[in-house]
Amino acid sequence: MSTNNNIAQARKLVEQLRIEAGIERIKVSKAAADLMSYCEQHARSDPLLVGVPTSENPFKDKKPCIIL
Amino acid sequence: MRSPPIPEMATQEVQLSETLAHLKTESDTLKGKLEEERAKLHDVELHQVAEKVEGLGQFVMKTRRTLKGHGNKVLCMDWCKDKRRIVSSSQDGKVIVWDAFTTNKEHAVTMPCTWVMACAYAPSGCAVACGGLDNKCSVYPLSLDKNENLAAKKKSVAMHTNYLSACSFTNSDMQILTSSGDGTCALWDVESGQLLQSFHGHAADVLCLDLAPSETGNTFVSGGCDKKANVWDMRSGQCIQSFETHESDINNSSEADREVAIYSKESIIFGVSSVDFSLSGRLLFGGYNDYTINVWDVLKGTRVSILFGHENRVSTLRVSPDGTAFCTGSWDHTLRTWA
Repeated sequence: MSTNNNIAQARKLVEQLRIEAGIERIKVSKAAADLMSYCEQHARSDPLLVGVPTSENPFKDKKPCIIL
Repeated sequence: MRSPPIPEMATQEVQLSETLAHLKTESDTLKGKLEEERAKLHDVELHQVAEKVEGLGQFVMKTRRTLKGHGNKVLCMDWCKDKRRIVSSSQDGKVIVWDAFTTNKEHAVTMPCTWVMACAYAPSGCAVACGGLDNKCSVYPLSLDKNENLAAKKKSVAMHTNYLSACSFTNSDMQILTSSGDGTCALWDVESGQLLQSFHGHAADVLCLDLAPSETGNTFVSGGCDKKANVWDMRSGQCIQSFETHESDINNSSEADREVAIYSKESIIFGVSSVDFSLSGRLLFGGYNDYTINVWDVLKGTRVSILFGHENRVSTLRVSPDGTAFCTGSWDHTLRTWA
């Protein structure tokens, strides 16, 4: 009976919603602060952010390669 | 078999529809509760908190290498952990492994189907996985012998009932995570091809997935045509969290350490086909359908740069493992590395 299918689906949905409702959440202000500190902590080791000297970045070559 | 007396059947039906109504009420109540809770916690916007953060300077990034060789649209690419090799897949049915420093092609495999929409490099660097319209994800061990026919060693791992949209090795060569147009994601054992876990919950095609970066990583996020981004627990198969967006299909997802980043990114991205964060998470690179790459300041929510170069839609974008460059693939048949 299609009603049985609908019930099974509805049960799954309720179960899923219960799980989501039970998850611990933090305020955006706290999460934002965490994000900011993460970015700050790792900023120095982010080559695309701080830039890397041309000599050290294998993708930035100053002199063209000569194949002998 | 005698049919049951009519009054009894009627009672059963009434009981069932009462249960259904009861469940509907409960799910509506729960949904309302969730909305309320989320609203309560949404006490401030990320960019407001980040007002005091120093702004970013000018960025000079340009194409450093152009990889030419595909005969049709590039659909996907992935970096090798050695930070120099790249695997790419194309509508032309080919999967190519490149040395991104020299632009040399190291391996090429012809797939039995066109539209190879997904490809991934194994953590060891010794194999690649790919798939697409063949509904499968296959693993090809990479041989040091250039003359060896890679297709001969092909291993079929995943089987879906619709196209493969994305694949990714977990933190070892042993397991692969896949997403498919059949609406599911799945975790597979590479050696045996066994299905370890399946993830059901999306109401339509799943287009992308990304694993959480942590070492003990056991969560991943998937995005789909149902406008949902779902966060999953890999061990239980459970959907832990679901985000709904106002945009149309979620074509690409990127796991940040915190859920807020994913959520707020969805509100500023339009017409993006692919995204990835820089190493620190401060920059977000987006490949767009208008052929450009936009660079965003994640904290301030502002765009810091637009990059031009591709001559058609940017379909895939990934930052290299050590963050020194990022690579894009495009419908213009080429890949470019930028730094």
